[in-house]
Amino acid sequence: MPDEILLRIEKLLLHFRTGKGIVQAVDGVDFTLDYNEAVVIIGESGCGKTSMARAILRLLPRNVHAHTGKVILTGANVMQLPEEDFRQKIRWARMAMVPQAAMNALNPVLRVGDQVAEPTMFHQGASKAVALERARQMFQLVGVPDDFINRYAFELSGGMRQRVALAMALVTTPDLIILDEPTSALDVLTQANIMNQLKRIKQSMGMSFILITHDIATSSELADRVAVMYAGQIVEVGDAFRFFREPLHPYSYKLMASVPRLRETKDPEFITGQPPSLINPPTGCRFAARCHRHFVRCAEEPPTFKVEGRLVKCWLYE
Amino acid sequence: MTARSERRQTGAGGGNGKNGRGEALLAIRDLRVWFELRRFGFGHAGYVRAVDGVSFDLAYGETIAIVGESGCGKSSLMKTILGINRPTKGDVVFEKRRLNDLGGREMQWYRTQVGYVQQDPYGALPPFMNVSRILQEPLIIAGVRSEKERLRRLHKVLEEVKMSPVEEFLPKFPHMLSGGQQQRVVIARAMVMEPKLLVADEPVSMLDASVRVEILRLLRGLQASHNLAVIYITHDLSTVRYFSERIMVMYAGQMVEQGKVNDLLGSPKHPYTRALIEATSDPDAANAATFRDVPPGEPPSLVKPPAGCRFHPRCPHQIENLCDQEVSPDFEVAPQHLVACWLYR
Repeated sequence: MPDEILLRIEKLLLHFRTGKGIVQAVDGVDFTLDYNEAVVIIGESGCGKTSMARAILRLLPRNVHAHTGKVILTGANVMQLPEEDFRQKIRWARMAMVPQAAMNALNPVLRVGDQVAEPTMFHQGASKAVALERARQMFQLVGVPDDFINRYAFELSGGMRQRVALAMALVTTPDLIILDEPTSALDVLTQANIMNQLKRIKQSMGMSFILITHDIATSSELADRVAVMYAGQIVEVGDAFRFFREPLHPYSYKLMASVPRLRETKDPEFITGQPPSLINPPTGCRFAARCHRHFVRCAEEPPTFKVEGRLVKCWLYE
Repeated sequence: MTARSERRQTGAGGGNGKNGRGEALLAIRDLRVWFELRRFGFGHAGYVRAVDGVSFDLAYGETIAIVGESGCGKSSLMKTILGINRPTKGDVVFEKRRLNDLGGREMQWYRTQVGYVQQDPYGALPPFMNVSRILQEPLIIAGVRSEKERLRRLHKVLEEVKMSPVEEFLPKFPHMLSGGQQQRVVIARAMVMEPKLLVADEPVSMLDASVRVEILRLLRGLQASHNLAVIYITHDLSTVRYFSERIMVMYAGQMVEQGKVNDLLGSPKHPYTRALIEATSDPDAANAATFRDVPPGEPPSLVKPPAGCRFHPRCPHQIENLCDQEVSPDFEVAPQHLVACWLYR
């Protein structure tokens, strides 16, 4: 029976082994993603956003200490699949990713058209001619001129290369695309153009997105829902409309207050202190040390409370 | 050609009467920085016109933001002001002295007068030196022989950038510091010679949102307490308001608009400035429901820039037979608000 929810993640955990100890990069993350929905995951660098994306797609380095939990894609737990099955049937075919700085990761000795055609040939067994035609369609969709198909990556500007990377993820029409900082290396106008393109793709192709970014202002361009990550945990999830008006968790509140705004004259604030080390994170609430509203309860780890359909990991909402 | 010389005059004229604070600390006059392109190492293959006719003045204690996308020439302009690049044409005048005329000794003096805050703090700090050594280096070069004196100045500057207790930070190496702390060390290093001018190249773009504001405030505090002139280079319009009095917008090596921050952000004139503002989001869920009205395309090549206004191929308001042929002079649309666009002739 297909699930009504596209993706359900339960107790996802990813710990790395390092010389200094175990790094708890992702520590018990739960969230869900609907069909044709875009969730943005915001948080400061080092909070585990990228590790979470990699944990979902099993793109793991060698020093993994623990990788557990459930990743349920349309009702089936793909965490249990053997690696070979996962590679052939899930990764790229159904869940694709545009990694951070993807525009610098294109193969320099292949024409960009061939690179975009390759996933179709591998995952759908298409002939090269069919795959190239498909690549051409994708180029049109992401706004790359037709004749660029025979060019090499170094002949393209940063914005164009980023679009090619996006076309590579789109070409297999996966259910879900994970975008890791898709526009942060680009100029503002290019960034706005690509966000426009993503909105169009979301409308026309009906796929879901997980957008990982530290750029909160730009994230609002695509967000249906927002998840805030802090020190390896998700501390708040809610619909974008209410989140951007009135964030619940004190960390979300502070984070939003730190965003400089062009159309307001109010001075932004900053968060004092630094995020805790993920090697020996503090017991209790991980944000307590920097929190302006912490109290006795915060010494214990807060569970996730439900507040009018929004989830928040903070004792204030008990 | 006429348009160019006119540009120079209006630019200079607009600059001189501008700040009412007395004389300029820094005057940039029709500055051009071109880089020669060579084929096989010797054949001449043209120039990259990174900066092509920029003029502005900066008074003592004044702040100006230079805004533009990558490749618009803002870094080349900055490097020329710092004395790293030589101007191809035009002048950089600092306290009435032309930078081109300065000899070795004087150049050394000039470098103590101008501080530089780099974009990437981790890349800008030598990994094998501790904080104490990093901050003493400029003093040693400037000939401050007494270690006691050096340490006194080092303590003072570290306290100014709010890295206290100072003793705790002195023996640390850059990798032991957080991004925000590294950037404070970079700022301290720029300030240790007590310069009159600070050039900050995207000083917060590599930092997290929560730290960004802290660093901007610190820079603003230093600016006020030392009456520092600051050139703040950025691509992010949303941070400009908190920091500077004036903005200059650059596109493809040229100034397209300059004015007071509130005038320029409140009523932007040049189509490119308007596009930049349109493209900048504020966090708001309503954004997801609309498309942003931004021009397609990308900035032109600086080797063969388009004739006329360099923005015309992307401009929704271009006037035929004018914008694509002649460079617009700077029109003064309001006091101290200059726009290089034919729409305002």
